[in-house]
Amino acid sequence: MSITMPEPCAETLAKRDRIVAAMRAIVPGEGVIDDPDALRPWESDALTAYRQPPMLVVLPETVEQVSAILSWCHAEGVKVVPRGSGTSLSGGALPLADAVLLGMGKFKRVLEIDYEDRVAVVQPGVTNLAITQAVEARGFYYAPDPSSQIACSIGGNVAENSGGVHCLKYGLTTNNVLGVELVLMDGEVVRLGGRHLDPAGLDLLGVVVGSEGLLGVVTEVTVRILPKPETARAVLVGFPDAEQAGACVAQVIAEGIIPAGMEMMDKPAIHAAEAFVQVGYPLDVGALLIVEVDGPAAECDHLIEEIARIAGANGAVTTRVSQDESERMAFWAGRKAAFPAVGRISPDYYCMDGTIPRRRLPEVLRRMEELSAQYGLGVANVFHAGDGNLHPLILYDANKPGELDRAEAFGADILRLCVEVGGVLTGEHGVGIEKRDLMPEMFGEEDLRQQQRVKCAFDPDLLLNPGKVFPTLHRCAELGRMHVHHGALPHPDLPRF
Amino acid sequence: MLEPRDAQDLRQIVADAVASGRKLELQGGGTRGSFGAPREAEVLSLRQISGVVDYDPAELVLTLRPGTPLDEVRALVAGEGQMLAFEPWGGEGATIGGTIAAGVAGSRRVTAGSARDHLLGVTVVSGRGEVFVAGAKVVKNVTGYDLPKLMAGSWGRLGAMTELTLKVLPRPRQTVTMLARGLAPAAAHAAMACALGCNAEVSAAAHLQTGEVLLRLAGFAPSVTARCAALPGLMAAHCTLEQLTEEEAAPLWHQAMTGSGLAGETRWRVHLPPRHAAELVGALEPHGAQWAMDWGGGQVWVALDRSDDLVRQQAARLGGEAALVAAAPEMRARVAALHPRCSAVANLEQRVRRAFDPAGVFATGRFTEDTDADQFSA
Repeated sequence: MSITMPEPCAETLAKRDRIVAAMRAIVPGEGVIDDPDALRPWESDALTAYRQPPMLVVLPETVEQVSAILSWCHAEGVKVVPRGSGTSLSGGALPLADAVLLGMGKFKRVLEIDYEDRVAVVQPGVTNLAITQAVEARGFYYAPDPSSQIACSIGGNVAENSGGVHCLKYGLTTNNVLGVELVLMDGEVVRLGGRHLDPAGLDLLGVVVGSEGLLGVVTEVTVRILPKPETARAVLVGFPDAEQAGACVAQVIAEGIIPAGMEMMDKPAIHAAEAFVQVGYPLDVGALLIVEVDGPAAECDHLIEEIARIAGANGAVTTRVSQDESERMAFWAGRKAAFPAVGRISPDYYCMDGTIPRRRLPEVLRRMEELSAQYGLGVANVFHAGDGNLHPLILYDANKPGELDRAEAFGADILRLCVEVGGVLTGEHGVGIEKRDLMPEMFGEEDLRQQQRVKCAFDPDLLLNPGKVFPTLHRCAELGRMHVHHGALPHPDLPRF
Repeated sequence: MLEPRDAQDLRQIVADAVASGRKLELQGGGTRGSFGAPREAEVLSLRQISGVVDYDPAELVLTLRPGTPLDEVRALVAGEGQMLAFEPWGGEGATIGGTIAAGVAGSRRVTAGSARDHLLGVTVVSGRGEVFVAGAKVVKNVTGYDLPKLMAGSWGRLGAMTELTLKVLPRPRQTVTMLARGLAPAAAHAAMACALGCNAEVSAAAHLQTGEVLLRLAGFAPSVTARCAALPGLMAAHCTLEQLTEEEAAPLWHQAMTGSGLAGETRWRVHLPPRHAAELVGALEPHGAQWAMDWGGGQVWVALDRSDDLVRQQAARLGGEAALVAAAPEMRARVAALHPRCSAVANLEQRVRRAFDPAGVFATGRFTEDTDADQFSA
């Protein structure tokens, strides 16, 4: 456990009873949780290596309540951590001992669906999949599909700019959200974007999406819905090694094909998945590609033929085309079960999320193998191959002393490697607490300061979700000054964590 | 006019202007200079900071400097069978940096997204005279705040981009336009909504005042052929369709995309929920408005020679907004180019602007709300 959170504020802890009373005055009944036992279930998100029971949980039901909660906390200098469904893999919703955990789970209504203009207006607690379910009878769907889509909320998706296996073709959350209603830390309610494209002024919506709950609390989301493709087909291709699979991916794209999904698994991942779900993955290959195309049947047939040809030219040893919907789903079943499957072969695993330029894949895999030997920990790889987003799963046993620390150090080295070859720390899971201290690997001091100045424009007292994303907390007044010194920290007394 | 040759010169110019309290107007090709109020700031041209830094077609990313002419960029990616999917357009001499800073997107915007959706990474000299990078040079990234989104469409009010990384995509192998004639706006909107909402994957839809509805289908030949065959059946309740040659279609699309060919000096660009586009033009036609619709009705160009903001009022009434894109200097001095935001959003915008440009070195008076805000806070 190498990540330190900000020291709890003694003054806040001392007035906990008053805070509870104030929250009860805003949210009546069971919407305020302060019993220590009842707080347990809220102590982590999906990055379960980190746990911290919150000071208290508040579950508002209306935007007026959210505004009143934030306004009160702002006036009293109390920190707030927003939370959607708690499926963050980066600790974005990790509670703080001295903060109100603001759960948005009661905002569950689909408010309006406009098929003519192809938009849906929903509350932030609606799950990602529930949006698709609300519109699918009319032949529509919501495109971004993070793997946690049955549980993750659209509000959380907005905070994290969530992706999914289809985002090379259909974009991330940011490309599919038209507007939000947002409550600022001082309680002010603003609407950014809305029912039409390209609103006037600065694209504040664009910076709110993916801001990891540090800029405001989303209370309503307007999303684009798309007509469901006529059909989808997938092809499963095995290669002797990842280099050939990578060359195949590059050629598919070079020939002008943007598949709906293009996933790669390495040998350990293939074996783990096949042992778990028995879908007939070839076990004698070094890398497996699942390529899915969607659209009119004529297009799918044509593209599947093209992809099979390209695969053959790049040394594919097995090629299976889905003949029906159940076979297509079977191809995906193994990939979608890859994480739990790895969970069966190892007591614990740690999922990384870097993106690299695809052409560097063979080199990155080779160096990852070296790191694996160096740390004495196994690694299984699943990739969103089309966009170069890697999910190495580091295998470890938390019950063995020192293994979690070693797994984290291994993970950090993988992410440093991603940045070194021209990639990034996180493609879709977010920085949260997990990659917070690695931010200087990718950004210089001035880059981070400029990002934090934007934070200050929204939340000058730094009360919203502190301890996430930024490795160093600068006071906003200091950041506002011109002509700061580069390099050396001007304020050695600042909390750094 | 200041024309720095590289990012270092540019940084020095901005730092000097901050120190001496001067204002700078960032400019690309200077083709959109008549947008916004007349102003007198010194022009800082980015035209000399030009050229491609890195282009790897298989990675789908292109990194280049802001002064690179848009035509050159389009030719470069076309040479690799690729395109800028948001279909940026501009006048003679338009640069990629200026086009992105103006947030310009063409007819494909309705399905492919806008400039903001394709700007992956930036290097910027801020109004503080400091250099920062944000975003990245890969297609999928959520590391840190998405500051490239703020830069796209910011009209040079936050900083000068010295390097941009764009997402590029394969160019469709075949593009076909299907045309319906003689439709009134309400029927045209229904037809466009049907086309964009069915699974024939129509990538653009436009409607002209002369009654035409244009639908674009693009992709691999077998797919386009199949969809062109299916679309008339899917839309039988709305209209009959004929196929146009690209030579016939191109000028019609150009008119819908740019609003060119509309008469008069005063022109507005309205963005609104498409379902209200027909009502908008219905309300404005009695006043003599000429118009062209793109984005399935989500963008409407309106030419109407009136000195008031009737178009803006009507757009706002229908849940949309209007930008004043061309008018006499007198009117541009009086009527804000950008649709006014409510005070809470305007204040937030001002705070964000100050986060990049605390001294207001890029607040030239072009956007009247900026001037007001600056005076207010000073």
